[in-house]
Amino acid sequence: MNTESNGPDGSFNSRLQAARIKQGLETPPKPTGKIPGGAGASAWGIGLRLGVEMVSALVVAIAIGYGLDRYFGTRPVLLLVFLPLGIAAGISNVWRQFGREE
Amino acid sequence: MCGASSGARNRGTQVAAEGHSSIDALSQFKLEPALGAIGHSVNFTQANLMMVVSSVLVLALLWIGMSPRAMVPGRLQAAAEMCYETVMSMCTDQIGHEGKKFFPLVFCLFFFILFGNFLGVFPYFFTFTSHIAVTLAMSLFVFIVVTFVAIERHGLHFFSYFVPKGVPAVLLPLLVPIEILSYLSRIISLSVRLFANMMAGHVMLEVFAAFIIMMGTAGGLLYVGSAISLSVNVILIGFELLVATLQAYVFAILTCIYLHDAVHLH
Repeated sequence: MNTESNGPDGSFNSRLQAARIKQGLETPPKPTGKIPGGAGASAWGIGLRLGVEMVSALVVAIAIGYGLDRYFGTRPVLLLVFLPLGIAAGISNVWRQFGREE
Repeated sequence: MCGASSGARNRGTQVAAEGHSSIDALSQFKLEPALGAIGHSVNFTQANLMMVVSSVLVLALLWIGMSPRAMVPGRLQAAAEMCYETVMSMCTDQIGHEGKKFFPLVFCLFFFILFGNFLGVFPYFFTFTSHIAVTLAMSLFVFIVVTFVAIERHGLHFFSYFVPKGVPAVLLPLLVPIEILSYLSRIISLSVRLFANMMAGHVMLEVFAAFIIMMGTAGGLLYVGSAISLSVNVILIGFELLVATLQAYVFAILTCIYLHDAVHLH
């Protein structure tokens, strides 16, 4: 909830909305997927998180591709299909966390 | 388990034979049977022991802390109440009203990991969160719970989660697999984040602790380097405390975010 940008009346509305969310009358806004709390926002932390997000999607894609290839005996076709998908998923993971930065 | 002490204990003879020429950073993560012969026969390792200690400490904090049930809480009761309220607000803020149902899960995960991370900072203690097997088991559990909650709430409608909104139908065959892969990658990213942070911190501690001994035994001007390594290690311990808290918090908050997605879908 952006209390500051709503003007003088905004603080009441945002507090009202927070109270309504707490009582289950409204659904909370979708979390942005960003990890809140600025304490971990050092360059080292951001780099590690970025790397983990990218590599994890890639690992899953390679595991699925390789496993299916082993099962169907079509090595390396499915691995080659899943590899770009994994790269794309990794980039979309990173975009979801670090993109759209104000 | 900290630094040179563990290296010296585990491979004392070997280190002496090599004349302090190698840094043995990884033997601190080796599992060994704990509790003597009984532990040996059932493969009860020191990691299991630390898990038990961590759970017992959490229970003890709540049990002993809340036993006075005073209107004006004492120190321990205030700590226990603060733990409760922190996780409760985390749940309700992230998930919404339904978050109260998932409070026990998030509370257990957060404090189990937090106490495990903190215990790992003590010398001779073992950090069970520095094993991928442990963190992967926890993140798999979270993933399965999240998926089951989503399917239980939304039925087959759950699969619309993988269809991004406002996308031309031509692109869907490409985007749906990407979304599914992205969803599956949560298992890996959640576990690797915790595991990598804990392991990296403890390897760094061990490396600098080895520098202290190596430079200290070399003598001469290297005493200065030894002193610098010691002070770096002191700073690293403080840094480790920060990482321990932060990673437990990140694990819990990401569990909450995933649960929000499962409950509200989009």
